[in-house]
Amino acid sequence: MDVAQLLMNGLALGALYACLAVGFSLVWGVLNVINMLHGSFVVLGGYLAFFLWSYFGIHPLFALPIVGLVLFGLGYGLQYTLTNKVIHAPVLTTLTLTFGLDMILYNLMTVFFSATPRRIRLDMGSFEVMGVFMPADRVVGMVLAVTLTGMLYYVMRSSRIGRAIVAVRMDRIAAQLMGIRVNNIYAITFGIGAMMAGLAGVILVIVFPTTTSVAGVYLGKAFVVCVVGGLGSVPGALVGGLVLGVVESFASHFFGPQNAPIIGYVLLLFLLLVKPTGLVGVKGYE
Amino acid sequence: MSRFAAILFVVWIIVLATTPLHAENYVVRGAIMIAMFSTLALSWNIIGGFAGYPSLATAAFVGLGSYVGAVSQVHGVPMVIAWLLATAVVGVVAAGIGGLLLRLKGHYFAIGSIVLVELFRLIASSWSSVTGGGNGLNVPLLRWEPDEVAQMFLLVMLGLMVLAFFMNVAIKNHRLGFGLNCIRQNEDAADMVGVDTTKYKVIGFTFSAFLCGTVGAVYASWVGYIDPTESFQIVLTLKVAVMALMGGAGTLLGPVIGASAFVILEEVVWVNFLSWNRAILGVLIVVLIFFLPNGILNLRIFSFLRAKHKGDARREKP
Repeated sequence: MDVAQLLMNGLALGALYACLAVGFSLVWGVLNVINMLHGSFVVLGGYLAFFLWSYFGIHPLFALPIVGLVLFGLGYGLQYTLTNKVIHAPVLTTLTLTFGLDMILYNLMTVFFSATPRRIRLDMGSFEVMGVFMPADRVVGMVLAVTLTGMLYYVMRSSRIGRAIVAVRMDRIAAQLMGIRVNNIYAITFGIGAMMAGLAGVILVIVFPTTTSVAGVYLGKAFVVCVVGGLGSVPGALVGGLVLGVVESFASHFFGPQNAPIIGYVLLLFLLLVKPTGLVGVKGYE
Repeated sequence: MSRFAAILFVVWIIVLATTPLHAENYVVRGAIMIAMFSTLALSWNIIGGFAGYPSLATAAFVGLGSYVGAVSQVHGVPMVIAWLLATAVVGVVAAGIGGLLLRLKGHYFAIGSIVLVELFRLIASSWSSVTGGGNGLNVPLLRWEPDEVAQMFLLVMLGLMVLAFFMNVAIKNHRLGFGLNCIRQNEDAADMVGVDTTKYKVIGFTFSAFLCGTVGAVYASWVGYIDPTESFQIVLTLKVAVMALMGGAGTLLGPVIGASAFVILEEVVWVNFLSWNRAILGVLIVVLIFFLPNGILNLRIFSFLRAKHKGDARREKP
């Protein structure tokens, strides 16, 4: 396999990772919460898209807004009613709380959706450009992932809510004094985090089979992307995702696919020790 | 710790140790699980409770201990030597990893330590020439009567639990405990007044890890079969932290109370709600966070189990 092919595979995978992790990164950066629910949100998004497609014939592209809205509502509600109450408690408290919620969501999904792997097969074929071979659904997934991540970047940069989120991330107390309702911003941020997870789930269910047991795998990817790229910023997640995708693609070629995630985690530990702010992170947000 | 609490601990050990005399094997198995999780929660207490570091590496050390124990037993090392070997290996690995990871704080430390579990699991499943990979390993079983085997493992696990408890007592009354307590309250200030924070944290981390290795190896010998997904579970890591928090992190009796209560609750949930057990345990964790944030032991009705404040002041004078 030549380098261009490996690089392309890596970038296609990396775009998905970026979209998957950007919400997790935002929640960690702004709320200072390690959201153990993130992987299950991704799987939930994928399942919703699958059922919308198989029962109502809704194309995944049109399922995106529906899934996004549902996940946003779920995330907003959870944060507003539960996590906000312990938001200033030590790390372990919020981490354990989201883990408890994850156990509930995971159980609900296994009972209602069963653990069968499901995938939306769009059968779009594949094509070859300059010797690089790509399945079309992967390319669609990559384009969608980059588009969604770019849209989030735009919202964060130029909407009032986006600016308010950035302000809260920089200095919560100053933001509060400027009249920003911090609790509401927290809930919106968590909602956006859940929404991005759900949307990433819709894209992933087109490319890979989804079942409840991959929730942990996706959560692990989000950890790595966040640490590699740096917390709380959209460009950070994009860089982290692409780096992880390319590294995994090359690692699975040279060391075998079962060892690719090991390389990813080693990269995480290495960067944690050498540069915990991430490749494009800003100091002072940790 | 009050005298009453010490009596309670001794009574609880006796109750657990005598289960084979008056109860069926199912109850004995429960007693072994209680002793095992008490050991793990007490171990976690040293880094998570005394030093306040959110360590989530418990399952990594338990799994590593299981594998070291199982692999050496498969290669003909006698069982008890294999357990000691697992303890030593985990202790050394923890000291090495601690030296690197403990430079991180808060969320970064939590992520770094939880990733260890996944990393070790992946290594265990891909290094199949030694670990058997995804097929797992069969550990040679003891050729004794089943009752005798259960009794032996119960006594071993109880021994580990008592050892972990006395380790907690010793550390709490020692300079190390005082230093870890300073680190929990304000690490920068502790550093400033001359506590060698890095050294204390690494020693604390090693103490909190090595018994996890023993527990892992003993567990592997008890169940006779291990595989990567069962040995390295993130759920286990969080369960142990939840137990310590449930009982009261940083106290001596809290982890024992939390582990006992959690194991019993989990067993009741398993028996009665098979397909909903995960959700019910999740609800339990959520309820715990909101209604028992400081643990069972810190409830006012249990104040008689806690140390008198005067005694604390005397002991903590430098």
